Amino acid sequence: MSERLRRFASWDTAVILVTVVVLVIASFGVENFGTSRNFTFLLLDLLPIALVALPMTFVIVTGEIDLSVASTLGLTSAVMGSLWDKGMTIESIIPLCIVLGAVLGALNGFFVTVLKLPSLAVTIGTLALYRGLAFVVLGDGAVADFPREYTSWVTGTLGDGPIPNVLVPLIVLALVFGVVLHATPVGRGVFAAGAGEQAARFAGIRTGRVKFWLYVVSGAVAGLAGVLWTLRYSSARADNGFGVELAVVAAVLLGGVSIFGGKGTLPGVLAGVVLLATLQNALRLQDVSNEALNIVTGVLLIVSVLLPNIVSAALRRRRPRAVSPER
Amino acid sequence: MSRRVLTGLLTAGLAVALTACGGTTKNDSSGTGAAQSTATANPGAAAKEGVKMAFLPKQLNNPYSDIEVSGGKAALDELKGVYKLVGPNDASASSQVSYINTLIQQQQNVIGIAANDPNAVCPSLNQARSAGIKIVAFDSDAAKDCRDVFINQATTQGIGEQLVKQANELSGGSGEIAILSATPNATNQNAWIDVAKQTLAKPEYANLKLVKVAYGNDDDQKSFQEAQGLLQSFPNLKVIVAPTTVGIAAAARYVSSSSYKGKVAVTGLGTPNQMRAFVKDGTVKQFALWNPADIGYLAAYAGVALSSGQITGAQGQKFKAGKLGEYTIGASGEIVLGPPTTFDANNIDKFDF
Repeated sequence: MSERLRRFASWDTAVILVTVVVLVIASFGVENFGTSRNFTFLLLDLLPIALVALPMTFVIVTGEIDLSVASTLGLTSAVMGSLWDKGMTIESIIPLCIVLGAVLGALNGFFVTVLKLPSLAVTIGTLALYRGLAFVVLGDGAVADFPREYTSWVTGTLGDGPIPNVLVPLIVLALVFGVVLHATPVGRGVFAAGAGEQAARFAGIRTGRVKFWLYVVSGAVAGLAGVLWTLRYSSARADNGFGVELAVVAAVLLGGVSIFGGKGTLPGVLAGVVLLATLQNALRLQDVSNEALNIVTGVLLIVSVLLPNIVSAALRRRRPRAVSPER
Repeated sequence: MSRRVLTGLLTAGLAVALTACGGTTKNDSSGTGAAQSTATANPGAAAKEGVKMAFLPKQLNNPYSDIEVSGGKAALDELKGVYKLVGPNDASASSQVSYINTLIQQQQNVIGIAANDPNAVCPSLNQARSAGIKIVAFDSDAAKDCRDVFINQATTQGIGEQLVKQANELSGGSGEIAILSATPNATNQNAWIDVAKQTLAKPEYANLKLVKVAYGNDDDQKSFQEAQGLLQSFPNLKVIVAPTTVGIAAAARYVSSSSYKGKVAVTGLGTPNQMRAFVKDGTVKQFALWNPADIGYLAAYAGVALSSGQITGAQGQKFKAGKLGEYTIGASGEIVLGPPTTFDANNIDKFDF
């Protein structure tokens, strides 16, 4: 099998194709799916997941993970509500919240890269820590009276069309992240760090520094997601975004990023996000219960991890003496 | 090299494709802002058949809300409407929003919602209203400007008076009574106790004497000990009134196992399932709680009345709610279910919650 063919048949290409097929089937097969209003709903629902999935792709490609993103989102939301309640202007709160996210991410980065602790343990710890702090900041209450110009921008659409305003920052960020990952030395360093940490270091890549900044960016984007989440629901709460980290990791893995690092593409991840959101939306319109939705997501995730392994094992067996750089 | 450029382009392409998914603009009605109904009510209008009403409780698989929506289903069966139940598995603030969006897409006529967050659901509810869907909040209100009516299970006044009425009946109209509450700063309980004290000040209750308000902190152990303490400090005590489901169960458990059984009455607010044993063994003669099934039942009747144009949600409008009788809409669209249901040995087996 030629190298080119194998690349064409890669998992992320498959996910993109499946996503397109599912979108087409849902548009024609599911009543009320293919309306412009439903696309607005769909895009609004997938926005926070897509946003947080961008830096998460980088983090997982380096072989690490960041499970604290949803708690960072919640803590940012709580702080945003608390500051707004205390009379600070929204124009200063928003940048402050993104900086707060970056600081929370830097703490993760410090533990993982300086103290060399396993990222799974560290970010499970900060998952609990940041969520706990969020409840300390805002308790069970909610702050709701955010300015209408901001909340209606976040829920609104471009020129009253079907495209949400918030899709603009997402596309800009997706382009930046995509170019950095796939067409710059930084991106090559990220892949190298994930494929083999030691080899990457010998090649002169400062993997620790790369990872540290990835956590900072991951936190900052989670902070931005917290701001947008709060404005979308006009409700700052400590429990905002609860459990979102799992949806993000699921979408990233479904999009073909290897949990062991070193492999994956951003288009694949975005397709994974769209695929999961489309399935949820379409199945809900078909009155499929939430429990069944969870089952579908779970099975998809396992398949997405299992299938590429089976395929590559099968390929290896067919050509037992092939010289392959990736063992 | 070319591969990287290709992948970069793919990212861009997919992002653009995402945008293009929306396709051409149809009659998109993403209207925001409170769509206050301008139609006038026609009380004589017939109740429409086939009204599609979806219930969106705080979360699914919660025994309490299961009973609430079962009442809604019963009412819609009577009215020949179409019942539907959807909802999230977690009671978080934002999880209801995608369900509201789905219901808008499915063109329901009425949404009955117990809001997890009065404001988070607001923009979506208003979107639903501009699509012509009526909103009935029940159990837990949404912000006033994004629903048509709210079914309030009970007023503070109603519960406070009910507690005194129970104590009066059980004591035979005179003697010492004590209250076993939740925490000293529990908002609901304190409001009810205030009303109870005002009610006790009325001449017809002059012979009832409230000797103490004890606090069991809604902790089973602490409530048990407080009940014990009350009976030791006040040997002539006739009634313990516990306006909390934890307190009433703990007090009943203590009394049923003590020599006071049959001499001291326990009453207040509790659920039939936790109190059944104590009613059967005679420790508790009666206690009260609103019937959750009636909340859903009334919500469904209000929803069909809204959808049929009999009411618009303005104060003073009246509508009929089947077996519950006629209701009048109060200030800011509130409909009060009525006095709590009293449970005793005769009717307790009809309730399972």
